[in-house]
Amino acid sequence: MGDGVISFRVNGRAGVPPYLQIVQQVRQALRMGVLEVGDQLPTVREVVAAVAVNPNTVLKAYRELEHEGLIEARAGHGTFVRALPPGPPPRTFSRLGHSLDRWVREARAAGLDNEAIESLLKGTLQAIDTAEEDIA
Amino acid sequence: MAPPVPAIQTTRLTKRYRRNTALSDCSITVPEGSISALIGPNGAGKTTLLRLLCGLSEPSAGTALVLGASPRQAPESLAQVGFLAQEMPLYRRMTAADHITMGAHLNVRWDGQSVRDRLRGLDIPLDRAVGTLSGGQRAQVALALVLAKRPRLLLLDEPVAALDPLARRHFLATLTEAVAVAEGSLTVLLSSHLIADIERVCDHLILLAASHVQLCGETDELLAEHQILVGPKKDTGPIERAHTVVQATTTGKQSTLLIRLGGPLLDPAYQAEDVSLEELVLGYMGAAAPAAYAGLGPADPAELTGEER
Repeated sequence: MGDGVISFRVNGRAGVPPYLQIVQQVRQALRMGVLEVGDQLPTVREVVAAVAVNPNTVLKAYRELEHEGLIEARAGHGTFVRALPPGPPPRTFSRLGHSLDRWVREARAAGLDNEAIESLLKGTLQAIDTAEEDIA
Repeated sequence: MAPPVPAIQTTRLTKRYRRNTALSDCSITVPEGSISALIGPNGAGKTTLLRLLCGLSEPSAGTALVLGASPRQAPESLAQVGFLAQEMPLYRRMTAADHITMGAHLNVRWDGQSVRDRLRGLDIPLDRAVGTLSGGQRAQVALALVLAKRPRLLLLDEPVAALDPLARRHFLATLTEAVAVAEGSLTVLLSSHLIADIERVCDHLILLAASHVQLCGETDELLAEHQILVGPKKDTGPIERAHTVVQATTTGKQSTLLIRLGGPLLDPAYQAEDVSLEELVLGYMGAAAPAAYAGLGPADPAELTGEER
């Protein structure tokens, strides 16, 4: 695989279908700025040889991403990133990621374990969703 | 455009031995270009089915079409079928290079160079007796040799059962890469017990239990057609009328039902969850052999070990 091309991980026990794992990893790489417009994705053969998944799984993932307008297949050349997914640009993600990182460390220091942090996050999301619904 | 001819199509295929029936009324379709998993408990008839498909054994009843032809009547289409038996048949004292030479004499189509390239790429020596190689390397030699036939259909009987996890991954990578390169013209049917491998590699599955076909179809579609319902213990009549209950487990207050959807789910008393491949497979296997899987031991040992011995 050439420079700048991402590699995929496929976990047979993730509860998420393998094709969707690839779709999510491409979307994630686009959001985080790992992949940029014009970058080439690995070929089906390269993915299959590296992670031993069904070729149709990779084709299905690429079709889905193409349908979403994120990538495009250029005949005889390969598959390339066409656009970023809707939503804030990669730098917003990395900025929020940094502040979340600080917050999680603070929560850990205060004695919260992962389960406590997750339930706090879930509760907060629910409270905010409810408040926004009330306004709307 | 005419619909593509399936790589395998069997109709009520049956194999009886003197005392037992190894395979009964087996009707399956394997689409061309798929990697299909053949799953089932030992003795369910997996090996019997594979042997029927590659012409090593003759059906007692029913028909099999393999690449559009009957395996025992069409040697030219059989030349396009590769079969790898469970024990990875190789001559232990011969080298991989010897096997390549021998294959050239025994096969109509033979791409010896592909074996050399593939084994060199995997750092497997061509000039050492195959018996001195590791199990993983021997499996790769056997796979490379069967691929040298340039088969359109590959039948593999538990190819990775004896391999360690890394060797298994490498074997499956070689297999999936061969399928990717063939771009739809190579179909694989492989028997295996390893659900995690099947989940990554197979897009189609056939489940045999108690010598009958329990499931046959695209993995994604089969998963979407099933749900697990968890709810209070109550009359399951309404559910059974609308859907097919594959397996029901009941405790004091709770019922867990594996169902095949017959329409929309309407009962709010049940919480519906997506089913994993493992739950699906175990559900059907358990339903087909309740006594053996409820911890009571096999009802009839012959039925479990059956023909595969």
